[in-house]
Amino acid sequence: MELLLDSLFNGVAIGSVLLVAALGLAIVFGLMGVINLAHGELMMLGAYTTYVTQLIFKLPILKPFYNSYIIVSIFLAFIVSGVVGILLEKTIIRKLYGSPLETLLATWGVSLILQQFVRSVPLAYGTGLVISLLIGLFLPTTFPSKIKESINFRYFKFSSWIFAALTGVLTGSVISSSVSKLSRASARNVDVTAPSWMRGQVEIIGTAFPKTRLMIIVITLISVIAITLFLNQSAWGMRIRAVTQNRQMSDCLGISTEKVDIITFGIGSGLAGVAGVAVSLLGSVGPNVGGNYIVGCFMVVVLGGVGNLLGTVLASFGIGIMTDLIGAGRLLSIWPDMPLPLSNTINFFATTSMARVMIFALIVIFLQFKPTGLFPQKGRMVEN
Amino acid sequence: MSLSKIKFDKKIVLSFWIILIALIVAAPTLLPVFRLNLLGRYLSLSIVALGVDLIWGYTGLLSLGQGIFFALGGYCAAMYLQITSSSEFPNNIPEFFALYGVEKLPFFWEPFRSPAFTFFAIWIIPALVAGLIGFLVFRNRIKGVYFSILTQASLLVFFNFFNGQQKLINGTNGLKTDVTQLFGQMVGSESMQRIFFWITSLLVIAAWFFAKWVVKGRFGNILIGIRDDEPRVRFTGYNPVIFKTIIFSIAGGLAGISGALYTVQSGIVSPQFMTVPFSIEMVIWVAVGGRGTLLGAILGAVFINYAKSLVSEALPASWMFIQGGLFILVVTALPEGVLGWLQGDGPRNLLQRFGLKRKIETYPSLEVKNKEGNNE
Repeated sequence: MELLLDSLFNGVAIGSVLLVAALGLAIVFGLMGVINLAHGELMMLGAYTTYVTQLIFKLPILKPFYNSYIIVSIFLAFIVSGVVGILLEKTIIRKLYGSPLETLLATWGVSLILQQFVRSVPLAYGTGLVISLLIGLFLPTTFPSKIKESINFRYFKFSSWIFAALTGVLTGSVISSSVSKLSRASARNVDVTAPSWMRGQVEIIGTAFPKTRLMIIVITLISVIAITLFLNQSAWGMRIRAVTQNRQMSDCLGISTEKVDIITFGIGSGLAGVAGVAVSLLGSVGPNVGGNYIVGCFMVVVLGGVGNLLGTVLASFGIGIMTDLIGAGRLLSIWPDMPLPLSNTINFFATTSMARVMIFALIVIFLQFKPTGLFPQKGRMVEN
Repeated sequence: MSLSKIKFDKKIVLSFWIILIALIVAAPTLLPVFRLNLLGRYLSLSIVALGVDLIWGYTGLLSLGQGIFFALGGYCAAMYLQITSSSEFPNNIPEFFALYGVEKLPFFWEPFRSPAFTFFAIWIIPALVAGLIGFLVFRNRIKGVYFSILTQASLLVFFNFFNGQQKLINGTNGLKTDVTQLFGQMVGSESMQRIFFWITSLLVIAAWFFAKWVVKGRFGNILIGIRDDEPRVRFTGYNPVIFKTIIFSIAGGLAGISGALYTVQSGIVSPQFMTVPFSIEMVIWVAVGGRGTLLGAILGAVFINYAKSLVSEALPASWMFIQGGLFILVVTALPEGVLGWLQGDGPRNLLQRFGLKRKIETYPSLEVKNKEGNNE
């Protein structure tokens, strides 16, 4: 019983990281048919945001609130990755609509640039850049509609970008002068230390669970609930679902598909940022941190199908539990006296990397029976 | 008049070939050893690029996992070399086995004692693996982005497998070839490397002709048909699965040959050949050179790799930015690649923009948009 609980918990913990990371990917893929290869790098940005937030909260003014930095960083990571995602959509992905393979390659290019960016630009100025992007993209939308409709709106837009750039440079230099760790570029990995209330373990029914893992499960749970509520209850959620089902018809009915694309991509990228916070709690943060999770996310999307968020949830937990079951060789401890050839096989796959091999084989076998995943998008087109 | 339609004079073609062959023969004396070695490696990479062009440029299948087949070919070649030059080591097996306490050659390496078997294994094994993966995927009509990420996942799976198996294939250290012997000669020696360069150049030309032959005629037309409208091909009575599987395994075989040639010239094969970035890079060579143009794939592979080595020598940090920018630029601004742009309307449009060439009068109502916004 204890063993089963332990295994289940580990599986759920692995699965919840996968889930929060794959959630954004799945929504974007469902809507636009686009796989964002830079998703892992958006996660990385989220993880670095956690690191930067942590250091800023060590400043004397914010020191009293240090313990809550992780909560703040979840929101900040959502915003940072979301803004970068929106920029990506506005500049590149929109141009490639209708050619998903080209989008795949372009987003890979973006991921390379982002990786090198965190290596060679000091994080303080990176923060400044994100802040100026945030202001530049959103300040014009807050103007009253009278100004927006006037011919001179582009001057307003232009001046708000100048204002944004100045603010960015200012914050960049303030941060870089006050936090010395952020003022130099470095390719080395950094570590996020969990606040004291998140360290240690909790005992439930005689089994000890690390608190960070529980925190990740909670983050995932909140993200999934929030996204489900947003998609099913809000007006924009309804529009997103409409465009996902039939883009042309929604367009004809007056839904601005352009806005829907931006919002969805922003939310998807923002969720990647939240996943980044979760990832930063598990190990050190480096430019390649996203790459470790991204293929797992793809598998979740492939396995879950794009018709339903439930598919993503089931696929993540399925993969998570299977990873733990195979990777830790738990079948052996459940059934200790199995025949030798079988136990040898299980031992052969009982490492994390070999478990991946096994799970991939299982997924390919599964796809032989259900090629479009657990919950496929229903349609009557030949292509579907 | 676009470039592809110009009929070259027979004399020009002949002299082109004579110059090319003369350059290949003379290259070892013209270039320093280091540069010659690099050129040889890049030429061998252009064979895998040809395969990528066949499946992506002609058939529309974007594989992000060609590294699997590339590395398989490399491993076949390297293991043969290791086994044949292991006579002075204990048990007559390669040295690294002793480190992990393996005393007998694993059974699947036994056939690699024979040079003839290895010669075929280098391209048949990758082709068979590619055919199997392809068949399992295509059978279910999995395509587009799904296919791409499945190939990427299988790449990662192979990487994990090869990385973890020390006792079978020396795991993450890979197999070294430069100190092994082939026909009594050291593989890493200058004279052997020169021969490998000539073999590579010959095989690139052979592979180019082979690929040209593949895409010519009805087979090639079906491939292009699959790329442009697969359901229509199916409704016409062809089974796309067979054609896709065949072309995917051809590309796999080409990748295997390429990997073997690359291995003997770089001196080592390791799971690093199966990393995700390397396989995506192969796609960008083809994209920059011009997909759907076989020559473009070859030139793209050689030039981009050359640029990579030059830039990395001068400014190591900037190559990632350049490469990333290249990916974005080539898909947004130059979707048909450099050679495709030259062969198409590119130069004419450019001249028109500067007023150097008269605009061709057309009937706008007859102009057909060849890119439908959305047919997926």
